[in-house]
This record gives sequence, C-alpha cells and structure tokens, in this order.
Amino acid sequence: MNVLDQVLQVGFFAAAIRLAVPLLLGTLGELFAQRSGVINLGIEGIMLLCAMVAFTVAYFGQSLWLGVLAGGVAGLLCGLLMALLCVTLKLDQTVAGIGVTLTATGLTYFAYRLIFGNVVTPPAIVPFSTLPVPGLASIPFFGTVLFNQFALSYVAILLVPAAVWFLMRTPAGLALRTAGENPYAAAAAGVDVDWTRTRALMISGVLTGLAGAYLNLAAFSSFSFGIVSGRGWICLALVVLGRWNPWSSAAAALLFGAVDALQLRLQTSGAINVPYPLLLMLPYVATLLAMTLSARGAHAPAALMQPFRREAR
Amino acid sequence: MNDTAMYTPQISFEPLASASLRRRLLLPVGAVAMSLVLCSGLVMLAGTNPLNAYLIMFKAALGGKVQLTETLAKSAPMMLTGLAALVAFRARFWNIGGEGQLLAGAMLAAYVGGLSTLPAWSLIPLMVIGGFVAGGLLAIVPALLKTTFKVDDVVATLMLNFIVFFAMTALLSGPWKDSTTGWPDSPDIRSAAEFPVLLRATRLHLGVLIAVIAVAVVWLVLKRSTLGFSIDAVGANARAAHHGGMNVTRVIVTAAAISGGLAGLAGVGEVGGIHYQVMASISPGYGFSGLVVAMLARLEPVGVIPAAIFLAAITAGADEMSRQTGVPVYLADVIQGVALLSMLVALLFLDRRLRIHWRSAESKVSLP
Repeated sequence: MNVLDQVLQVGFFAAAIRLAVPLLLGTLGELFAQRSGVINLGIEGIMLLCAMVAFTVAYFGQSLWLGVLAGGVAGLLCGLLMALLCVTLKLDQTVAGIGVTLTATGLTYFAYRLIFGNVVTPPAIVPFSTLPVPGLASIPFFGTVLFNQFALSYVAILLVPAAVWFLMRTPAGLALRTAGENPYAAAAAGVDVDWTRTRALMISGVLTGLAGAYLNLAAFSSFSFGIVSGRGWICLALVVLGRWNPWSSAAAALLFGAVDALQLRLQTSGAINVPYPLLLMLPYVATLLAMTLSARGAHAPAALMQPFRREAR
Repeated sequence: MNDTAMYTPQISFEPLASASLRRRLLLPVGAVAMSLVLCSGLVMLAGTNPLNAYLIMFKAALGGKVQLTETLAKSAPMMLTGLAALVAFRARFWNIGGEGQLLAGAMLAAYVGGLSTLPAWSLIPLMVIGGFVAGGLLAIVPALLKTTFKVDDVVATLMLNFIVFFAMTALLSGPWKDSTTGWPDSPDIRSAAEFPVLLRATRLHLGVLIAVIAVAVVWLVLKRSTLGFSIDAVGANARAAHHGGMNVTRVIVTAAAISGGLAGLAGVGEVGGIHYQVMASISPGYGFSGLVVAMLARLEPVGVIPAAIFLAAITAGADEMSRQTGVPVYLADVIQGVALLSMLVALLFLDRRLRIHWRSAESKVSLP
C-alpha cells in the first residue's frame, strides 16, 4: 500500500478531525489571549494539568462530563494565575508563561503520583464514544468524517464561528482587540484594559482546559506524562500561521490534525520504511517549516507582550 | 459615616535610588525561601511535615562528602544550561532550546568518544570542542530563522527540542542500539574518553571544573569585551543598537551560538563524566532547569553557581526524601517552577519598595 492510499480514506479524514480538535481548542484559546495583547506561554503546562484534572475527576466521579467541567474550571484558574502575573503584576510575559508551564507540569506529575501511586498499568476510564448526528451521519463520506465525532468536537467546531462573532461583532470583542492593538486608545475610549486582558486570559484558560479534557477523555483513555507532548507549543505556531484570525487558525489546526493522523497511519501501516521516531518528529518539523514560510508576512497584534501602564504614555 | 471608612490604605510602589547590594543578594534568597514555603502545602497534602521533608532533602543533598560531591556533579549541567539561557536572554534571544542543544552535545560526545581511530589524548578535547560546536550550530538555526524570517524564537527553539529528541531516539533504536542487550542506549565511549575525577572515590568529574571555568569565561566576555557590551545593547534596545552602528543580526547569532554551545557542553559533561553513553533519559530536564537558574542568578554569570547548586540539591535530595516520606519525587519540579515565578515577582522589588500610607478620608475632603 502506498502513502496516497493511506490518505485517501474516510478513516484518515475522520482521524484528522479527531486529532485537530485539541489543537483547535488550544489555538482558539491562545488567539483570545494574544488578540488582547498577552502571549499565553503557560498553554503547554495548563493543557497537561487540565488533562490530568479532567481524567482524575472523571475517574473518581464516574462521569465524563464532570471531568470536562473540572478541566474547564482548572483552566479558568490557570488563566487567572496568568492574568495575575502578566496583567496585574506586569511581569515579563515570556518568562512568566514558561514559569507557569514548569509549575503546572510539576504539579501535574506530583498530583498524579500522589493520587494514583507508582502504578505499572495506568488506571483507565471508558472514554467518550462518538455521537453521530441523526440524519446527517448517514451521508456518505461527509457523514462519517464530519458528523460522527465526539460531542466535544462539535462544541469545538461551533466555537470557531462563535469566536469570530464575539471578536468581530460585539463591543466586548472590539474592546479586546483594541486592548491588543492600542491599549492607550482603548483606555481613552473608556475600556478597562487590564480587566479586558484578564477576561481574555480566563477564556484562554478555559479553552486550553477543554483541550486537555478532550485529550484525556476522548482521544486517550488513560493519563500519561507525555499526553500533551508539545501540542500546546504547536498551538502558538498555529495562531501565527492563522494570522490571528479564528477561521484561518482553525484551518491551520485542521491541517496539523491531518499531519498527526498521517504520522500515526504511517506508523501503524508500515507503508513506508522509516524508523518510527522520525514519524513522531513529523508534526514538529511541519510546525517549524510552516512558521518559516509564514512568519515574515505575519502581523502580530501591535501591543502583544507589552504590559499596559496607564502612566507610561 | 463609620470610623473604619475614615482611613483608607494607599499602597504605592516607591522607586529607590539604586538597587543596593543587599537587595540584589537577598532577593533570590527570598524567592527561594518563598518557593519552599509555597510548596510546603503540597508536602502537607502528601501527609508529611514539610520541615521534616526539607530536612531530609537537604541532608541527602549536602550532608556528607559523597552527597555533596554528587550534588556538585549534578549542578554542572545546570550551571552550563543556566549560562546558556543567560547569554541568550541578555540579547533578548529567547533560547528555550537548551534541552535539545544539550542532547546534540551529548550525541556528539558519545560519537567522538567512541571513535577508535583517534589518539587517546585527543578524545576529551575533541568531545568538548565538538559538543560546543554541535550545540552552537543547533542554536544558530532558530537565531537565523528569527533574524531573516522573523520566526518566533520561543516556538522555534521548543520545536527543535522535540526534533532533536526524536532524532536521538531514532539513533538509539537504530544504528546505536545495543546489539547484545537490545537496549536503546549508545555504545560506551572509550575509557580514555571518560572524564577524570577531581576527587578520588567520587563522581566529581572534569565537567564540574569545565562548568566553573565557563562561568569565568562568560563573565569575562559579558563584562570585559565588546561582544558582551553589544549583547547587552541589543538586549536593551535592538533598534537603538542598530542605529548605533551595530550589526544586530550578527550579535544575536553570536549570542545564540555561545548559548547553544554552553548547553552542548552540559551534554558533553553528562556523557564524559556520568553515563559514558547516551540514552533517552540522559537529561531530566536540565535545559529547562537552566532557565530557572538564569533567572535566579538575575542573568549575572556568577549567580549561576549558587543557583545551580540550589536546584541540584533539590533534585538530588528529592529522591531520598521521596523514599523516606512517600512524598512524590516530582516535588522538585514544582519547586523549580515556583522558584522561577517567585523570582520574577521578587524582581519587582529590586529597586522599588512597597509603601502603605494610612490616609485619613477627611484630609482628602479638605483639599481645596
């Protein structure tokens, strides 16, 4: 079987969407933060922490949706921590974000070991099963690819137009974008810049938390330290690739879901004779390549990474 | 109006004339103490007295000749990755890729150290030079991507961490796989390539000396050379440096090369002084510890030594603490992260102090 055969299958497209959903949620979250002027480098650690929290709550609470809720709440709290550091205290956003990722990662390992002990076979849950949309799921090809996904996936996909509507059509969205482009103009127009950025980071945290919950409640049935393995960082690149626009960022997430699906297919099918670590490397190489090709023309929000100091102008 | 509303606290930041030496020295200590206090909550959650846990931790890391030398040996890679982060950060090149550069240095050292065609005396110098070059070249890639294509350095260096890691796994599960045991670890280096120990019956190896020399060299370069001046100028304001006639691209690429080289040396030391081979677990996150070390050192080369020893003590002591008390060993990772955040907050107080005035509400009203 050659590579092309692997790609041109219904299963491949369905898998591409399945793997794109956590990237989509994380990318949307990162986009909210960055459009408001704050880079959320805590995303990698927050996603991991929320995956673990969602898993643990679902495991003991016997409810997957309770797990989703817990993942979202944990993400919200992490978003508030990011806001405290980057908005209230106006610390360096790069170092603060990395600090949050390191802390959240450490906390995740610590809590998982404390709760579950040093187990040989990791505890597992019964993950979400797909929810076929009545009627639509029976359409050939598109039905299987688009309308036989997890409930959370539909939520994620619907969040894209919702994000566009919020950012482009509501006063709150305008305030958020202005806070990221020209916070002084926003402040002059009566916008509370710091509070706007804090809310953006809260949204960012919740969406990142949902991405983590999805990873551990839909994509995988047990937790592992490597469950996120760079997906959060890739979301940072996808925002740039999508030019800080929800539609294009979603498209970029889909593309990278496809890269991940391809990598997995090639691994299991043995269609080409390449050592598996080189296949695992593929998404990261693709990210670097995509960044190189697209970064030059990209215009980040003008006030990205600049703390707002009312008296500084 | 009731009495309590008459006085309202007014909190303000007062700038100080300068950051006194006392402040500069006490801030990292305060940040570290704060991180231990904050993490004691986790120790209590795990059902252990935090004082007891920390006592076991530091005793296991510092309380004896063997323990102390083990901790110092562990601090060497952290000093080097700390220096790596420091040099890059001073130029505002966000090199988060210390982990990948370390692995590149380690792989090169393992390769050179195993070459039977080379004369025995040349092995160690070639490993050191080669490891520096390997790490440096790897860091030049994202630096050039940043300066020519405006690729975000944080993401690029992070992606390279993963890429190098998987390249190494490919080597370990392919050409380097142990043909007799089937383990994914590289062949041992020649005995002539093993770093000599500085103190008998310990693992205090040449790499520790290399790390300390590196601190001195980096200090000299940053404080006493034109390059060091340029790095700081570019870091402070790249545009001004450019208008001042500096070649900003060259400065960033040079800083990146030095930074990556230093991280590469950390990998050389782990292969030459500790493991004598490469395996997937060769770095327990030394690249990321380097970021914490650099911040605790306030990007000052000399500060890297105590900062690295502190982090090494925590990681070295965490194992024993975990064995004795059952507190998960990952406490060390949390402390590192919290220490970084605490230091960042503490830096707010470097040249400022918090002042709380109790101002009477009436005095406000009486103003004309």
